[in-house]
Amino acid sequence: MSEPVNYLTNGWTIRSWLLTHDHKRIALLYLVSITGFFFLGGAAAALIRLNLLTPEGALVSAETYNRLFTMHGIIMVWFFLVPAVPVTLGNFIVPLMIGARDLAFPRLNLLSWYLFMIGGLVALYALFVGGVDTGWTLYTPLSTNYSKGHVVAAVVGIFISGFSSIATGLNFMVTIHRLRAPGMTWFRMPLFLWSLYATSVILVLATPVLAMTLILLSLERLFGIGVFDPALGGDPLLFQHLFWFYSHPAVYIMILPGMGIVTEIVTTFARKKVFGYKFIAWASIAIAVIGFFVWGHHMFVAGQSLYASLVFSILSYLVAVPSAIKVFNWLGTLHKGTIRFDAPMLYALGFIGLFTIGGLTGLFLASLAVDVHVTQTYFVVAHFHYIMVGGMVSAFFGGLHYWWPKITGRIYPEMWGRVAAILIFFGFNLTFFPQFILGYLGMPRRYHSYAPEFQILNILSTAGSTILAAAYLLPLAYLTWSLFWGERASANPWRATGLEWRTASPPPTENFAEIPVVTEEAYEYPPPEVAQHG
Amino acid sequence: MSGWFAPAASSTGVETDHLFWALMAISSAVLALVFGLMALYVVRYRAGSPIDRGALAEKSWIFEIAWTGASLLLFLGLFVWGADLYVRLYQPPGGSLKLNVVGKQWMWKIEHPAGQREINALHIPVDTPVELLMTSEDVIHDFAIPAFRIKHDVLPGRYETIWFQATRTGDFHLFCTQFCGTDHAAMIGWVDVMTQPDYQKWLDAEAPSETLAAAGAALFQRYGCSGCHAGTSTVKAPPLDGLYGSPVPLEDGRTVTADDRYLHDAIIEPSTERVAGFPPVMPSYAGQIREEDLFALIAYLKSPAKEQP
Amino acid sequence: MAETQVGMQYEDLRHQSDTALIGMWLFLATEILFFGALLFTYMIYRLWYPDGFIAAVRHANILIGTLNTAVLLTSSFTLTAGLLYAKAGDMRRLIYSCVATIGLGLLFMALKALEYAEDFRERLVPGTNFALADHDGARIFYLFYYTATGVHLVHLAIGIGLVLYIARRARRGDFTAQAHTPVEVVGLYWSFVDIVWLFLYPLIYLVGRGG
Repeated sequence: MSEPVNYLTNGWTIRSWLLTHDHKRIALLYLVSITGFFFLGGAAAALIRLNLLTPEGALVSAETYNRLFTMHGIIMVWFFLVPAVPVTLGNFIVPLMIGARDLAFPRLNLLSWYLFMIGGLVALYALFVGGVDTGWTLYTPLSTNYSKGHVVAAVVGIFISGFSSIATGLNFMVTIHRLRAPGMTWFRMPLFLWSLYATSVILVLATPVLAMTLILLSLERLFGIGVFDPALGGDPLLFQHLFWFYSHPAVYIMILPGMGIVTEIVTTFARKKVFGYKFIAWASIAIAVIGFFVWGHHMFVAGQSLYASLVFSILSYLVAVPSAIKVFNWLGTLHKGTIRFDAPMLYALGFIGLFTIGGLTGLFLASLAVDVHVTQTYFVVAHFHYIMVGGMVSAFFGGLHYWWPKITGRIYPEMWGRVAAILIFFGFNLTFFPQFILGYLGMPRRYHSYAPEFQILNILSTAGSTILAAAYLLPLAYLTWSLFWGERASANPWRATGLEWRTASPPPTENFAEIPVVTEEAYEYPPPEVAQHG
Repeated sequence: MSGWFAPAASSTGVETDHLFWALMAISSAVLALVFGLMALYVVRYRAGSPIDRGALAEKSWIFEIAWTGASLLLFLGLFVWGADLYVRLYQPPGGSLKLNVVGKQWMWKIEHPAGQREINALHIPVDTPVELLMTSEDVIHDFAIPAFRIKHDVLPGRYETIWFQATRTGDFHLFCTQFCGTDHAAMIGWVDVMTQPDYQKWLDAEAPSETLAAAGAALFQRYGCSGCHAGTSTVKAPPLDGLYGSPVPLEDGRTVTADDRYLHDAIIEPSTERVAGFPPVMPSYAGQIREEDLFALIAYLKSPAKEQP
Repeated sequence: MAETQVGMQYEDLRHQSDTALIGMWLFLATEILFFGALLFTYMIYRLWYPDGFIAAVRHANILIGTLNTAVLLTSSFTLTAGLLYAKAGDMRRLIYSCVATIGLGLLFMALKALEYAEDFRERLVPGTNFALADHDGARIFYLFYYTATGVHLVHLAIGIGLVLYIARRARRGDFTAQAHTPVEVVGLYWSFVDIVWLFLYPLIYLVGRGG
């Protein structure tokens, strides 16, 4: 008996993959690229942590170290975190979840992958022919007048990948507006879609400002015009304002999709309707909007005016409120649920814990006086890694495991999934918690060598990073294994709600035999008594 | 050498620590709540647990308003506390000991008013407010003394100010904390806080041949400033006696105060703030005078009776 | 491929057309942010260096600038006329409209080239024996001028390519009176490029020139 044709078996040539219009195949193309960049950025991180085992920084020279952390930042931010969830899980799941046969603009979707690859290759070229030594933040006048690195090449790579971001965001926004299945009103959409919509608003509005900033940076470096050079009448602080106007909303690009994934996983594995649907939906929008007005909290000691700092501080506290709402709502969803501990749920629970720690330390940084002490130290490094790695990467892995049966038609080995999730949680905390202490004690960030009294905490952190590295390699191994030998998945192995589970695993190219009609609210799980007997 | 809970060594630093630990207490409480509830729920409501799940709360509004409101109130309080301290952090008290700092790749140069110069070291007396006027020779650096819980970026072409009052003697780390290139991690030093008598001894021991203002007087001659600005000059140039601190009417109608920043920019980029009623003939000294020498020139211009070299 | 082909994710042609237009509007929103960042930079420096900016504006060639404005506005007219012809099913006149639009676009570029040549002759290029060297603001003005007009030219070139594309498709018979969305989408883009110029024109040639 032959299996029905699904999107994976529908065409075996390289051409059918590289010229596909199918959002699901494009998602897989992206998944391969994103994984590559993740391990490249991770390799840089490994070398950084190894170098920091000794106070003298004996492993690599200062020059090399500076290029390593710059490479780590550029790759992880622009070629992993910003795209990751939207272009892999987003691309794959959005049309399915919304009850459509594809995104609004399939060819634009393919183009965005090519733009991403071209941008990535240009950036990699820059990083490998000698690298960049300015930090991913590219502050002027260091990056324009003093750096001997390949700044313009790296910047061109980032610029090109920006088009990919904008295209993806545009595609999602239009798709969510126009291609919802009959009966799926805005407030019946699963919350993953709300979070991606909010993410897309930021992608579309913030990225162009980065594009122009990078153009000005390149022109300054190539032609010495003076836009950021004080000797020629320019203002280096202007660069910081323009840069952070994008880069702060960018961190919400990085976290919002993860929050959406957590909502999906928690409802499925607590088998319960989400607590406070509308609050979570509006919280996503609030984070996106308020997030555009807090960029100056990166500049409390930079020389901006006192009044600006006051405004940015209070707005930064404000933007923390919707995130807090989400955390409480997830807890409310767990309350009186029927909770299972499959790997995706472990990742989601880990997210809630680690994101809360990261978010609380954000309150320290929003506090003007405390920020003066801890900014530019390892405290900040720990803060953003808690959110982006402890939070976002955990959510990404959680989502990957959750939708793996749908994407591949295979079940991953559950025990290994749980082992990896737990190992990641502990390895992560061991790596980054000591860094909060280091920061409070005064160890600056971006230091190739450091004062000897900081060594013990650095050793703990490096030890944690070896566990983390192993923990990240585990899924690579067993997920790949499952592609060939994993148990075959049914259409809805988790018995979850959501339109993506009403079609085969893996889905056919056209997603649904017939477009479903939506008559229920999101997450309409039966009451627990029924579930216990079912 | 700092231990695990290195207490702050400055007056404002102690206040910063209070706020830090308050935040720590609040965060721990919230974290305990979140982790606690999570642990409670995943155990209590795990699949297979026979506990009665009962009716679900339909109206979530009360909870939502409650925790949103509580968060907002808490955050407002934290904001006010932090903002108040921050404002005071950047308002130096009058009568402070004023020192100049120039950051350049990859060292810190510090100038005392009596002319002592240090590199990567800062000797100051305890229990005395100290104000630093800082600039950079090249890229953006950041002058940080973790023990004092203070730091600020140091920019090229601009003067930035911080102040602190050390509360105990000892040696404390000085770090550059804005990535500034290859040897950023080597741009470090020590702050040596001494008792008043020891500080005076240090000043005497380091006594230079000339004060900062005297050095500035020599530069005033060397760079030809006296050619136009001396009383005997035929060129019509603004008089400099008593200029510091007084208002200066500009050509475009504005009036600015002749502070350190004004004097610095008037030498480096005279065309940006032309003085009303004078011909625009002063050349720019951009790129010709080092920042530390500019400090000396300004010290000379500030000195009441212009000291002769 | 005829424009009447409907993607499988769409209910019908109308659904597809409307969605394409929404996509273009959203793309134009991103362009507003893109040029907006540059205009913001201009505004900041204009506030700081009014003299330098005014001196530079007085050197701008207002004749060419105004001519170019007229050329671009006319080109928007011709392309919009083309859209109306498409709606009426007159594909021949649509093609003529496209040709006229392309011609005007190329004329804009030629006039711009003449202007750049004159700028170089008059040494209005910072960094190379700059004529207005004692005005910091003028140097920054010219950064803005070359960047803004350069980026605008890139957009114009892309626009010309797009108009060429719809002319070719029209010639192949892809469009009907009911199905010609690419014409409208390109028309939106072209009008936007025109509107950007309408912002640049006063900032480069007019503001501060008199008085």
